[in-house]
Amino acid sequence: MKTKARKRPAAGARSRPGKVWQLRLYVAGQTPKSLTALSNLKKICETHLNGCYRIEVIDLVEQPERSNRDRILAIPTLVRKLPQPVRKFIGDLSDTERVLVGLNLQAAD
Amino acid sequence: MKSNLSKTTGPAGHLPKCPTGIQGLDEITSGGLPRGRPTLVCGSAGCGKTLLAVEFLVRGATQFGEPGVFMSFEETDAELKANVASLGFDLAGLVREKKILLDHVYIERSEIHETGEYDLEGLFVRLNHAIKAIGAKRVVLDTLEVLFASLPNEAILRAELRRLFRFLKGEGVTAVITAERGREALTRHGLEEYVSDCVILLDHRVNDQIATRHLRVVKYRGALHGTNEFPFLIGDDGISVLPITSLGLNHKVSTGRIATGIPRLDVMLGGRGFFRGSSILLTGTSGTGKTIIAANFAQAASQRGERVLFFSFEESPNQIIRNMHSIGLRLEPLVKRGLLRFHSARPSLYGLEMHLATMFKEIAAFQPHVVIIDPITSLMNSGTESECKGMVTRLIDYLKAGQVTSLFTSLTVGGHAPQQSESAMSSLMDAWILLQDYEGNGERNRVLYVLKARGMAHSNQIREFLISNRGIDVVDAYIGPSGVLTGSARAAQGALERAAVLASQQEAAQLKREVERKRTALERQIGGMRSDYETEALELRRIAEQAGTRTFVLGTERAASGRLRQADIKVAGNTRVNGRHGKVN
Repeated sequence: MKTKARKRPAAGARSRPGKVWQLRLYVAGQTPKSLTALSNLKKICETHLNGCYRIEVIDLVEQPERSNRDRILAIPTLVRKLPQPVRKFIGDLSDTERVLVGLNLQAAD
Repeated sequence: MKSNLSKTTGPAGHLPKCPTGIQGLDEITSGGLPRGRPTLVCGSAGCGKTLLAVEFLVRGATQFGEPGVFMSFEETDAELKANVASLGFDLAGLVREKKILLDHVYIERSEIHETGEYDLEGLFVRLNHAIKAIGAKRVVLDTLEVLFASLPNEAILRAELRRLFRFLKGEGVTAVITAERGREALTRHGLEEYVSDCVILLDHRVNDQIATRHLRVVKYRGALHGTNEFPFLIGDDGISVLPITSLGLNHKVSTGRIATGIPRLDVMLGGRGFFRGSSILLTGTSGTGKTIIAANFAQAASQRGERVLFFSFEESPNQIIRNMHSIGLRLEPLVKRGLLRFHSARPSLYGLEMHLATMFKEIAAFQPHVVIIDPITSLMNSGTESECKGMVTRLIDYLKAGQVTSLFTSLTVGGHAPQQSESAMSSLMDAWILLQDYEGNGERNRVLYVLKARGMAHSNQIREFLISNRGIDVVDAYIGPSGVLTGSARAAQGALERAAVLASQQEAAQLKREVERKRTALERQIGGMRSDYETEALELRRIAEQAGTRTFVLGTERAASGRLRQADIKVAGNTRVNGRHGKVN
C-alpha cells in the first residue's frame, strides 16, 4: 500500500464542487493505529467528500526520507495538501468531529 | 558468565568514554561523556547549550572520526550554520562531506489537530534514517522540550520520550540532549528523569555587571568526575572549560637565574636575581614604581634576547613606552625587534575568564620567556576573590608548565598592611617584593624589600631606590635611630657619616704623627745615650791601658832591682831563670 489513490469524477461533490481534495496519510508499518486511521479516513471521505478526493498513504518504514517534507513526527499524521491552507491532523482520526471541524466539513453536514 | 561480565566492565573497571574534544571538559569528566548513552545538558537561555552540543558533534566528526546527527527542534539548518560559523566551525562543509547531518524538526501547534491515538514513530523513523544515512556515532537533540509546547498530549509525549532514550541506547550512539533549566528542577519538563547517566548543568551568572559562564557535572553514573563548578567561556575557537583542580603540582623546576635589570636588586636576591620560571609578585601603593620596575625587568630580559609579553591593564602600549622613555628605558626598539610585545585591555572589557583565555592565547602564540601582568589587581576587580585566586592559579600553573617567568604587579590601597587579595595570592608566588612609600621629613621616598624569595638566601634589608633619568638605582642603606633613613635624611646621614670618617681619618693621621715623633725622640735619646756610653767606654779602655802599662813597668822595675840585688825572685817573662832556679824551690 505504497500509494493508494482514489479518483472519481468531480460530479456529485457536495461541499466544494469541482475541487479534488488531496490528502496524504503518513504511517509507519501496518500498526493497529495506522490501520484504524486509514479506515477512519476512508469513512470520513466517503461520507463527506462524495468520492472527490485522493488519498496518498506514505509508509515511513519504506520511505523514511519522505518524513522531512511534511515534518512528520507523530504517526499517524494526515496532511490536507489541497485545498489550501495545509492542515495537519495527528492521531488515528477516531475523533470524527474534530477531523470534520479541522477539514471544514462540519458545516456541510 | 562471570568472566564475560568482568570482560564487559572493562579491564580498568570504567565505563567507556566518548571524548568530546572540548577543551577542559574531558579533563573534568576524566575522558568524556559516557559512550553509547545519552547525556543531558541543561541550562537557562543563552548559556551555551546548543553551542556545546554543536562542538561535541564537530569535534567528533573532525577529530575522532565519528559522524553525528544534529536534530534541531528550534533553529533551522541555515540559522545553525550561520550561528556556529563565528566559532570557526564549518558546519556546511561537514554536512557536504556527510560527516554531520542536520535535521530541523518543526511543529506548529496551531497547525495541528489532535484526533485520537498517536505516537512519535515519525521522529524515530527520521532519527533512525539519519543515523543510518551517515553512520552516525553521535546524536544531538536540541531542544527536545519544544515538543512539550507543540504536542498537546503530555502523557503520550512522556511515554514516547522514554522510548526515545531506550532507542538511542539501543542504537549505541552517544547522545547529547539539551533542555531548558527549570525553576526548581534541573529541567523545565523533568527530562532528567529519563536521562540518568550523565547530567551537565550550564549556568550564566552576572556578577558585578560581568557575566561568567559556569559548567558543573551534576551527575555521572559509574564514573568519577569533578563536582565543582568550573568557569567556561566561548571563545573564537569554541568552548573552553577551565578546570582549576585538574592541574597537578608537577612542574619542572629550573635552577637557572634571571636578572632583574637592577644589579643591586640582584645582589639582594642571593646575588643573581630570580629563579627562571618562578612567579614574582611586586606589590605597592600607587606611585611606588611598580610599572617602572616591571618595565625595567622587561627591558633587561629582552635585551638579553628573550621574548617578553607585557599585559597592561592600565596603560596603552604607547603610553608605557613614552613614560619609560623618561627614565631612560628604550622599549620601542625592542618592540620593533619583536622581542617585546604589549597587550593592553581594559579590565572591565570582559569577564575574568575571557581575559584568561585571551592571555592563554597570546602566550601560546608568542611563546614568551617572561610574562608581565601589570597590574593583576585590576583584573581582580572583575571577579570574586575565589574566582581571582582560581584564575591566578591557573595562569601561574600554565606559565610554570612552560617554564615562563612571570611578574605580577599588585596595587595595594592605603596602609602598608598586605591586602586580603595579596595574602591569598602570595602563597602562589615564589618571590614577593614589596615597594613602599616613606613619608616624613617633608618628603616622600621609595623603598623596597624582599618579603620572600623561595629557595634563595635573600637580603632582609629595607633599601631605598631612586628613579632618575638613568633608570632605577638601589642606594646604600642608612639606618637612623628611627629606622631606615631615606631621601634627604639619608643624604644628611651620609654626609654626617662621611664627616665622621674624615674626622677619624684625621685623628688617626695625627696619632700616627705623634707616634712618629715619639719614636724619633726616643731614637734621639738612644743615640745620645749610646754616644755617652761610647765616650765612657773609651775612657774606661784608656784607663785600663794605663793601668796595664803601669803594672808592667812596675814589674820590670822590680825585676831589674832584684837582679840588681841577686834576689831569688820570679821574673815574669824570664822562664830560663825560673826553670834553672825551680829546683831550688
